Amino acid sequence: MSLFLLALLAAAASGVPGLFLRRRGGEVAAGLLGLAAVAGLWASLRVLSGGPGGAVTLRTTSLGSSGLLVLDPLAAFFSVPVLLLSACGALYSLGYWEGRRGNTPALRLIYGLLTASLLMLVMASHALTFLLAWEGMAIAAFLLVMAEDREAETRRAGWIYLVATHTGTLLLFAAFALLAKVQGHSAFAALPAGLAATRGGTALFALFLLGFGFKAGVLPLHFWLPPAHAAAPSHVSALMSGVMLKMGILGMVRFLSWVPDPPIWWGGALVALGALSGVLGVAFALGQHDLKRLLAYHSIENIGIILLGLGLGALGKSLGNPVMQTLGFAGALLHVLNHSLFKGLLFLSAGSVLHATGTRDLERLGGLGQRMPWTSGAFLAGSWAICGLPPLNGFVSEWLIYLGAFRGLGPDLGPGRQGWPVVILLSLALIGALALACFAKAFGAVFLGLPRTGMAARAHEAPRTMLLPMGLLALACLAIGVAPILFAPALGRVADAMGPATGAALPALAGLPMISMVALALGLLALLLWRWLRPMPRGDDRPTWDCGYAAPEARMQYTASSFAGGLVRGLRWALRPVVHLPRVSGWFPLPTRYESHVPDPVLDRTAVPALRLAVRGASLLRVAQGGALPVYLLYVLLTLLALLVWMVA
Amino acid sequence: MIRSLLPTMLQFLLHGLTVLLLPPLIPGLIAKTKALMAGRKGPPVFQLYYDLAKLARKQAVFSRTTTWVFLAGPVGGVAAGLAASSLVPFGHTPAPVSFEGDVILFAYLFGLARFLTILSALDTGSSFEGMGAAREATFSALAEPALFLGFAALAKATSSLSLGTMLAFPGTLTARFTGPLILVLAGWAIVYLTENSRIPVDDPNTHLELTMIHEVMVLDHSGRPLALVLYGASLKLLVLGALILTPALPRAPHAWQNWLAFYAALAGLALGVGLVESSMARFRMTKVPQFLVAGVLATGFAFLLMLV
Amino acid sequence: MLPDLLIALTMLSNFSLVATSRVSKAIQFAVLQGVLLGLMPLAMGLGRHFHIVLLAIAAVTVKGWFIPFLFRRALRQVHIQREVDPYIGYTVSLMLCALGTGLSLVLAHNLPLKAGTEYTLLVPASLATLFTGFLLLVSRRKALTQVVGYLVLENGIYLFGLLLVEDMPALVEAGILLDLFVGIFVMGIVINHIRVAFDSTDTRHLAELKD
Repeated sequence: MSLFLLALLAAAASGVPGLFLRRRGGEVAAGLLGLAAVAGLWASLRVLSGGPGGAVTLRTTSLGSSGLLVLDPLAAFFSVPVLLLSACGALYSLGYWEGRRGNTPALRLIYGLLTASLLMLVMASHALTFLLAWEGMAIAAFLLVMAEDREAETRRAGWIYLVATHTGTLLLFAAFALLAKVQGHSAFAALPAGLAATRGGTALFALFLLGFGFKAGVLPLHFWLPPAHAAAPSHVSALMSGVMLKMGILGMVRFLSWVPDPPIWWGGALVALGALSGVLGVAFALGQHDLKRLLAYHSIENIGIILLGLGLGALGKSLGNPVMQTLGFAGALLHVLNHSLFKGLLFLSAGSVLHATGTRDLERLGGLGQRMPWTSGAFLAGSWAICGLPPLNGFVSEWLIYLGAFRGLGPDLGPGRQGWPVVILLSLALIGALALACFAKAFGAVFLGLPRTGMAARAHEAPRTMLLPMGLLALACLAIGVAPILFAPALGRVADAMGPATGAALPALAGLPMISMVALALGLLALLLWRWLRPMPRGDDRPTWDCGYAAPEARMQYTASSFAGGLVRGLRWALRPVVHLPRVSGWFPLPTRYESHVPDPVLDRTAVPALRLAVRGASLLRVAQGGALPVYLLYVLLTLLALLVWMVA
Repeated sequence: MIRSLLPTMLQFLLHGLTVLLLPPLIPGLIAKTKALMAGRKGPPVFQLYYDLAKLARKQAVFSRTTTWVFLAGPVGGVAAGLAASSLVPFGHTPAPVSFEGDVILFAYLFGLARFLTILSALDTGSSFEGMGAAREATFSALAEPALFLGFAALAKATSSLSLGTMLAFPGTLTARFTGPLILVLAGWAIVYLTENSRIPVDDPNTHLELTMIHEVMVLDHSGRPLALVLYGASLKLLVLGALILTPALPRAPHAWQNWLAFYAALAGLALGVGLVESSMARFRMTKVPQFLVAGVLATGFAFLLMLV
Repeated sequence: MLPDLLIALTMLSNFSLVATSRVSKAIQFAVLQGVLLGLMPLAMGLGRHFHIVLLAIAAVTVKGWFIPFLFRRALRQVHIQREVDPYIGYTVSLMLCALGTGLSLVLAHNLPLKAGTEYTLLVPASLATLFTGFLLLVSRRKALTQVVGYLVLENGIYLFGLLLVEDMPALVEAGILLDLFVGIFVMGIVINHIRVAFDSTDTRHLAELKD
């Protein structure tokens, strides 16, 4: 525990030396965060391997409970991505951000504070510490999103984020207040049995689901996410998408762990939301041209997968089915870790692309595989993992959820309840296939083929400080994918937190050693085939065969929009793409443009028009804002008098 | 339990040899059927073996645009296909590798093969190959739910998650499950034609690049990579064929009978594909999704029937 | 006997505050009121509590010496003598103040307060002082007079606090005092800035700042 607190302090202070140092501030910050990661991971792994946790308590109990921070398996588990990604991001920022702008020291300081709030948040075991850390995280993230506040797009993204996060926080305040009323104190503790079925339990569930849903980016509360992730510096996007979204999941997980008897419809609601976020998230990702926005929509998709797992686990808990419960929760939790690893990797490599070319527009990139081989390898590894393809880590967590859903089809579920597992299965299958298409599009458009513009043609490989964190994350993805059995006991211990302890059965439930076996066989086969290919007789290198056309050029390549075009057209009832079709007429048509984009359904089609209406309505109230101080004081006086009279009457 | 005449190890050896040697025969059989139906003599049944042998000795030509990803497609396709082949039982003989949940791994291994093939097509930067890749990605997105709904139906019927048990259907078959099983197999037949790029979804023999799906993705491959691509495609015909044949096969008391039945059924499948290809034209691209949705509906309906 | 006298004087100073047009006079009345109230706890015979004595001394020091000092400085800087045309005239203010005092008596009678206090005038006087403070804040135009209103408002709160003085922790009292101190301090700065920005301390100019 003290080691972990040391890590927290080191993270919080990581940006401070940089304020006073003229040079090398970034190196010091990265070093401190690295130190924090080593110390914190050591402490976390000890807890995860069954060691004792620890707690920070207050002597006086005016807060209703003495425990403020607790390092339990759940906290230790969620701290792993926090520590890993923040350290990787800090190292990455040395090459990516240092010396770019005047606000670098401030950015470093806030980055460290964000890490510290995240660490505090995972350990929080009292509503007070939780909300404190939650708010710290929200504000630090806002400041980081605003790093490039000279651009209007960034400012807009920042404000949208701030509004969304505070709406969520407001709901959380209500939820915790209600919880305190129900429980009589604000400490995190198991709720009494039977409460969940009451009206108070329903209200609690709804408030927590909405409040945490805002942070996690559950559809339709996701609208802040794509602009914020696109606007933030890439190492911050990695931390936000990889870790900060997961804090919403952490909240839901904590809440579910308190409830001994969730009603069946809770699990159903989680599954429904998960299916919605998962399928629509990836569908909207298909329509994006901006690399980082695309990745942001994939975060929504992966949150959907995590919710599917949580829903499955909750259903298992309600039905008293330990297999479903263990596999669902373990799958969801492992996917939390996995997603932070591969999404961090993807955002970092997307940042390298942005760094090298200056654009995030898929249609302006291309051919970077030859110019940035390491970055392209990293992005490929991330794509491979996020599509859930074996033998990387994304497969393992999806596998657990699949397995749980298949088991949920068994006869013991009872009639009429088999719909949910099937929804999970279908959504996962559809998400998998669509994600595959989307990442084939993204990787193909950015790294394969010929460069479409001069910017892409002049790209250079990223410096080593940027490649090293990417390599680290890719290795982590591979390790979990190839040898999941090594991580299963720890995962089981975390899943135990979710209810009656069944996590010990996890290694036996899933054929994890077999995954490793097939993965190794796959690798061996690929190696053999590769060895067979390498010494092959090689002819001349030629241009790509273009079916007899004499003068092919880069602009004639299949574009990212065309690649996804078929699917976007097929899904147009949901995506509603805006297409500007050029009209070509006459014998000598003038140059024209074809444009298509997929606006966000909530932000662009609902929230912005609604808010515009609200602002118009609110301007009527401006009459009251006279600007004269005495008038304002008069308002106070009148209110006071009215209150007094009301009290007396 | 049926006592097998051959020890298990020999069974597995036969499984491996079948996987390694048999696949190129299937396209040959299909081509022969088509030729005979059209009144031609057609290429020899072993033509693909000759082609592979020749390609293995030929020089390969590479586009200047390509990177190592270009080779990952053929390598990954074959490696994933071989790995998947070890999970699936050939008729009523046990699969070499069998464990709870191997269905998911099976499906995702084919996903991996598809992913790498698409990337290797995009690596050339050709607009035609990009088009083929886009179609492959689009259509397989619809084939995937059909595959999984079929799995769900079989898992429900057999309470198992292992291909070996799920597909060995007649052992547990009751009259109640016959209808759903036929629906599942019908849906999977659509998946089979789609995944293997056969008529009516794709025409492997067409000469116009604009209308191709799979063939256009490998336009730039030559030499040994092309040999791997061709072998991988025929492997897919075998492995996915085993998936849809096994539930339909009766269980024989002796292992050698089971093997014979499987080989005969495989030949029958090739014949059937050949007949379909001789009697149908390729769909317009816009009609393909409807065809696939029909597959999803068939398997989905099968699942519903399993529930009641 | 003595407390009642002090309370009566406080209420009288309320009327004088709203009636006077000279800024310096208003300040003097407010200071006088503050000192009177500072002595209140002693007059109520609470001298046996050490912390109350300490607080009374602090209140008298701050209100009788430090705040007048700040006021005099501000007055020197802004060169004003009179509140020329207030939003509400002096006669009307006086009548409103009387009305407020009457209302306070009615309210205090009906308020569900701690029974058994021997000083029945305490609550109405505190409400009346509060009201007077508000009246000054609302009706006056010069920033300095408004600060006076703020001071009077605080006196009302202090008076109300005396009702609970024996039960109230010293921390709360000290907090109120600190609040007042900081408030006056900040308003002094604001006044100076208004003067620099608009070349006058008329708060009417602040309306130009509205969105």
